[in-house]
Amino acid sequence: MSISVLLITLAILTIASYSFGRKRSLSLATVTEKKKSSLHSLPGYYGTLTALWCAIPALLILSLWLVLETSIITHIVSEDLPAEVQNLPESERNLVINRLHNELAGQTFGEPDPILKPAIDHYKRLQQISNMALTVVILAISILGGLYAWSRVSPNLRARNHVEIVLKFLLISSSTIAILTTIGIVLSVLFEAVRFFQTVPLTEFLFGTKWSPQTAIRADQVGSSSAFGAVPLFTGTLLISFIAMLIAVPIGLMSAIYLSEYASRKFRSVVKPMLEVLAGVPTVVYGFFAALTVAPFIRDSGGLIGLSVSSESALAAGLVMGIMIIPFISSLSDDVINAVPQSMRDGSYGLGATHSETVKRVILRAALPGIVGGILLAVSRAIGETMIVVMAAGLAANLTANPLDSVTTVTVQIVTLLVGDQEFDSAKTLAAFALGLMLFVVTLSLNVIALHIVRKYREQYE
Amino acid sequence: METITTSSTSVTKDTPLMTPEKPNEVVENKVIDRDHRGQTVGDVTVENPRMTARNVNVWYGDKHAIQNVNLDIANNEVAALIGPSGCGKTTFLRCLNRMNDTIDGCLVEGEIALDGKNIYDKDVDVVPLRARVGIVFQKPNPFPKSIYENVAYGPRIHGLARNKTDLDEIVHSSLKRSGLFDEVKDRLDQPGTGLSGGQQQRLCIARAIAVSPEVILMDEPCSALDPIATATIEELIDELRKKYSIVIVTHSMQQAARVSQRTAYFHLGDLIEVGPTSEIFTNPKHKLTEEYITGRFG
Ligand SMILES: Nc1ncnc2c1ncn2[C@@H]1O[C@H](COP(=O)(O)OP(=O)(O)OP(=O)(O)O)[C@@H](O)[C@H]1O
Ligand SMILES: [Mg+2]
Repeated sequence: MSISVLLITLAILTIASYSFGRKRSLSLATVTEKKKSSLHSLPGYYGTLTALWCAIPALLILSLWLVLETSIITHIVSEDLPAEVQNLPESERNLVINRLHNELAGQTFGEPDPILKPAIDHYKRLQQISNMALTVVILAISILGGLYAWSRVSPNLRARNHVEIVLKFLLISSSTIAILTTIGIVLSVLFEAVRFFQTVPLTEFLFGTKWSPQTAIRADQVGSSSAFGAVPLFTGTLLISFIAMLIAVPIGLMSAIYLSEYASRKFRSVVKPMLEVLAGVPTVVYGFFAALTVAPFIRDSGGLIGLSVSSESALAAGLVMGIMIIPFISSLSDDVINAVPQSMRDGSYGLGATHSETVKRVILRAALPGIVGGILLAVSRAIGETMIVVMAAGLAANLTANPLDSVTTVTVQIVTLLVGDQEFDSAKTLAAFALGLMLFVVTLSLNVIALHIVRKYREQYE
Repeated sequence: METITTSSTSVTKDTPLMTPEKPNEVVENKVIDRDHRGQTVGDVTVENPRMTARNVNVWYGDKHAIQNVNLDIANNEVAALIGPSGCGKTTFLRCLNRMNDTIDGCLVEGEIALDGKNIYDKDVDVVPLRARVGIVFQKPNPFPKSIYENVAYGPRIHGLARNKTDLDEIVHSSLKRSGLFDEVKDRLDQPGTGLSGGQQQRLCIARAIAVSPEVILMDEPCSALDPIATATIEELIDELRKKYSIVIVTHSMQQAARVSQRTAYFHLGDLIEVGPTSEIFTNPKHKLTEEYITGRFG
């Protein structure tokens, strides 16, 4: 039976066991004189419990089986490979086994290698057996599970409590999946970064002011001294993010205040969705806009007043990134401002405060934690933003605070380090992981600070 | 409901304000039915009015919350508004300093004058009006600021203090008068939202009197207070009366009897009866008033 048919059968069994469990509980129930049923839980809970017993053990075994199947069969099959293959070093033996899998998946042309022929046949045979065994085992477990629960159904069984415990575990496991994935990502980045730091010392990476990974491709190249000082990248990132926040925070905040406090309901219902459309524009489009419209405009107008502006200036990228972040900040702030209770406004008006005094001294004060949290989230977003800077900020790793110069950012460098053909374990490629790790650490600490600020204010004002 | 509304409107438009010319007739007729709405029993006018409300109607959308209410608030007087929950006491109170402006869909009709000037006139600026007619809300609503800043808020925005010492003086005396100072004097810099419900209520009273309003509207100011704190607030009300006018909403008959000189009884948006407090409580003229104060409903 193929897996999908098996799953459908399992689903049918589960549904059936629900109704069996439910029926049995009803047939066992006696009604006391006070018209109360003698069942501990509602009949539906007995049904659910039976269904859970039918489905969960079977599903667990099924997924375990599927995970382990390939590696176990491969292990058995590799035993009967010819001796000359057995004696090969580890890495080459893996190559042979890879070839075996490719043959099995039909990803090769022509006749299979004669050496592999017996192994392939054996593999196919084993797979068939395993498949049949799987069907039998799973159906048996599911039916046995259902029967077990069904036979345990009795008025005294605390079916509701059991179901709720199962539900709780289901919820716990869903939340751990997200956490485990994050940990996995961090670990994989961490391992590659550690390999990088074996070739380039951590101090050079953190404090070096020169970044030129390009020269490291070929060791025999003239002038092959590579430099992996990440300082210019981080200053570039900070410069662009700073410009972006300089644009986004005031404009976003003020438009949020206007929309939530001053605008008529009609105006608000038109403008707010429009602002949110701005958030839906793909960043690539912002990138075009920055590279093709804003950057030349800044260069030309700089030229008019006698400034030399590079054609890929930090200013252009920062401006456009700021525009991209405006809806982010305005819609978050708008939400928190709207959440300030009306009684707070009334209190202020009742003392004879004007509209703007109320906004300044009461509403913004009450909404501050939310606003600060929103701004810090926006900063994380700006630091991690890639597309706009790839297109508009350039690749020159200048260490400068001049917004008219061209700078580069961490994300841009990660992209350029990883595109193109090169050995996977060259320092150049591994540097990308080190940069990624640094970026992760920075945004993580920003988020921690944001949470801390929000909590501190909340303690104070709630 | 609709028919009553229209009929009551027409009644008052043609009928002059009630005058106590024939009180006996009213006393005999204690069974005034709903068709007689809009005719308030007792004298709604006073000799030295501070505020006068004439033909006040309030709608929340379609809901007619206040119907043809006429009432004067005298100088140096405490007027108590009583009545069952939902009868429109808060609504009427909020009309007196135009707090209802902030409610979407709330429509106020009629004339309410402060010292003879209609506060609903187009040329009236509500900001100074609300500084003159202060309000303490039914639900305490301290700002998310320190206790000190909560009280200093009003004086600051109106520039009432020339320097820090002045401001300290205003804040401390306001807190003392509302009976909160001793409890909070060591933690004036702590958030006002961290106080207990009754403390918050007194904080809001301190905040309101810190701007020295000429008329103070208090919506159940003692609802969360113990007897001792209540006594402090009642003393404060007595003291404030010497200079100002006060309108207080209360569910406690004893409190109304203790602090007020005149009492107005509201019922489902109508002002049923107004009179000197002693008379309302000892000899109510309207059947509904009598039922309410004797505790038969409400
Ligand atoms: N913002 C509002 N929108 C719609 N209806 C309202 C609003 N505020 C009050 N009402 C209605 O107007 C009527 C009068 O309400 P009001 O708050 O004045 O009653 P109250 O006499 O103060 O009652 P309580 O003693 O419970 O405080 C009630 O029926 C209420 O449901
Ligand atoms: Mg009320």
